[in-house]
Amino acid sequence: MFVNFYYALRAEGVNITIVEWLTLMEALKLGLANNSLTGFYYLSRSVLVKSESRYDAFDRAFLRCFEGIETPPEITEEVLNWLENALPPLKMADSEKNPGYDWSLEELRKKLEERLLEQTEQHHGGSYWIGTGGTSPFGHSGYHPAGVRIGGESVNRSAVKVAAQRAYRDFRADETLSTRQFELALRKLRLLSTAVDGDKDQLDIDATVDATGKNAGMLELVWTRGRKNNVKLLILMDSGGSMNPYQRLCSLLFNAANKSTHFRDLQFYYFHNCVYEYVFNDPFCLRRNSTGTYELLGRFGPDYRLIVVGDASMGPGELLMPYGALDWWAENEEPGLVWMQRLAGHFEHCVWLNPIPQQYWEAVEGARTIALLKDVFPMYELTLDGLNAAIKKLMVKK
Amino acid sequence: MERNNHYQGSSKYIASSELINAVNVAAALNRPLLIKGEPGTGKTMLAQSIADDLKMNLIIWNIKSTTKAQDGLYVYDTVQRLYDSQFGEGNVRDIKKYIKLGKLGEAFVSEERAILLIDEIDKADIEFPNDLLWELDQMNFYIPETGETIIARHRPIVIITSNAEKELPDAFLRRCIFHYIAFPDETMMAKIIKVHYPDLDSKLIQYAINGFYKIRNLPGLQKKPSTSELLDWVRALAICGIEPGLIEKELPLPGILLKKDNDMALLKRKYGGSAINTHAGHWRG
Repeated sequence: MFVNFYYALRAEGVNITIVEWLTLMEALKLGLANNSLTGFYYLSRSVLVKSESRYDAFDRAFLRCFEGIETPPEITEEVLNWLENALPPLKMADSEKNPGYDWSLEELRKKLEERLLEQTEQHHGGSYWIGTGGTSPFGHSGYHPAGVRIGGESVNRSAVKVAAQRAYRDFRADETLSTRQFELALRKLRLLSTAVDGDKDQLDIDATVDATGKNAGMLELVWTRGRKNNVKLLILMDSGGSMNPYQRLCSLLFNAANKSTHFRDLQFYYFHNCVYEYVFNDPFCLRRNSTGTYELLGRFGPDYRLIVVGDASMGPGELLMPYGALDWWAENEEPGLVWMQRLAGHFEHCVWLNPIPQQYWEAVEGARTIALLKDVFPMYELTLDGLNAAIKKLMVKK
Repeated sequence: MERNNHYQGSSKYIASSELINAVNVAAALNRPLLIKGEPGTGKTMLAQSIADDLKMNLIIWNIKSTTKAQDGLYVYDTVQRLYDSQFGEGNVRDIKKYIKLGKLGEAFVSEERAILLIDEIDKADIEFPNDLLWELDQMNFYIPETGETIIARHRPIVIITSNAEKELPDAFLRRCIFHYIAFPDETMMAKIIKVHYPDLDSKLIQYAINGFYKIRNLPGLQKKPSTSELLDWVRALAICGIEPGLIEKELPLPGILLKKDNDMALLKRKYGGSAINTHAGHWRG
């Protein structure tokens, strides 16, 4: 049943499984879709989709499979305007209603199309033209046993139209980002371990029984430490001029990392385009407020996880030539790439986050240096999906 | 589906038809219903509303960062038992005495079908939902200390809320029915306000709603105001007796809606300093 819908969903990136599909089938068997396409839309969405960021993908797949099942004739703004100045709703006594009215949807649709072509002005209260309060099959607030409601109050929106609105476009994971979402992603970066510090607040039952036994049955409680998060994070941010367009994005990441309280240690340093002998303590990148890169490597052991944030776009010389640095005072005897390799070699877990969307990496000005650095660091784009992938990467050694 | 198990929304809680539908699907399929949504969209209130409407007992399990899955099943009070054995009080051989059922256990042994609200599941450890998979799926759990298996007499309707602070595991999500409570649109919002303040002037409400969405839709807000803030704002506007016509133009008392300096500055930049007094909560009269 609807197998093409299943594959359409998967093609759009909604990762549904057989379990969920069978649940949907069970629900359909119970009649939970109320035998309507709209019912089916909401039912299948609540059973199959588990995140609002996939609602839009669901809408797209739904449209692909079910578009054309309910296509109302095109109703223009003008027609809706005719209906603006409405007559009060027409109430019909039950006896006056003609239950046996012979009609077909096809015919009605054809008629509406004809009428749309013919009609040029407002009509209310009649029985033929599109208008309000009458007994013509077209319009609203009127009565016709098998009419087409145009405008006015609606009780049930049609499923295809709901899907076509794609109201959840903004929730797509690869598009919008907020500090909170970044925070969530960073939170995944957790390694639990029995920390040396912290309160002993959990009862160690085995040890208690042992100690009590040794104590000749006099109760002796033994407490142990709970597990604590043990992740230490070092973030290096590019604060060069080419990063200006991405300032907002980077500050989101900065705020998110800062707000996360669950890291054992979190350090920020800055660099200008590429790392050489020095890294800087603040985004202004001034020599007097800097730290030697060797000192940095000495201070932060290989167990720190390194995230480099930068567009990796610079003149190839800055990366490949000795003395190629942009700043006049930098005395880099070794090319920047060597420094980058040194960083990547020192830290067992490292990733590069690039605010330039991945699809442009080969097309932008810095394509050459991006390609070079991509070989040194696992590089991800700075979107929610990219960050998630990067965090996954950070959890395991290179 | 049994008729008396059909949730229809309650007078105090405005639920969209999609939400009502999702609740009924979850109840019929015996699956947990996972509710997500912006803060202030009434996720927690939903469980109360279902309990009221279906006249069922509501059991609330509030999740904290230290909550373990085990806490919901049962707690074995070892320390008490050790103490009792030490001082010879009570019958220490009867382990059952020292087993206290948690909220989930309580819902299982309940005489009638109950509603179990697991509130803010994302607050707990990342692994927490996975630890509950079996119990929520099979609706039973085993107590090794007593060799007893607690089986649900009636499968409770399980409502789980999440503020999306943590990503929930896929295996857990597969077993849930999911619904995202979208932020209410203007018509819905008017209904919600009417429920809370039935006596307020509808003109005031309309103008307040217009003003609210004007602020909410400002691009670049760090913290968008939510329903509960709008409710406070409407009430403050009514108490201060502000002319409804002025609300949309002057946006008084913005401090109730916006809680961040940056957002306030943004509003001021957008609508000019003359209209808005940036001192939060103070109205020039």
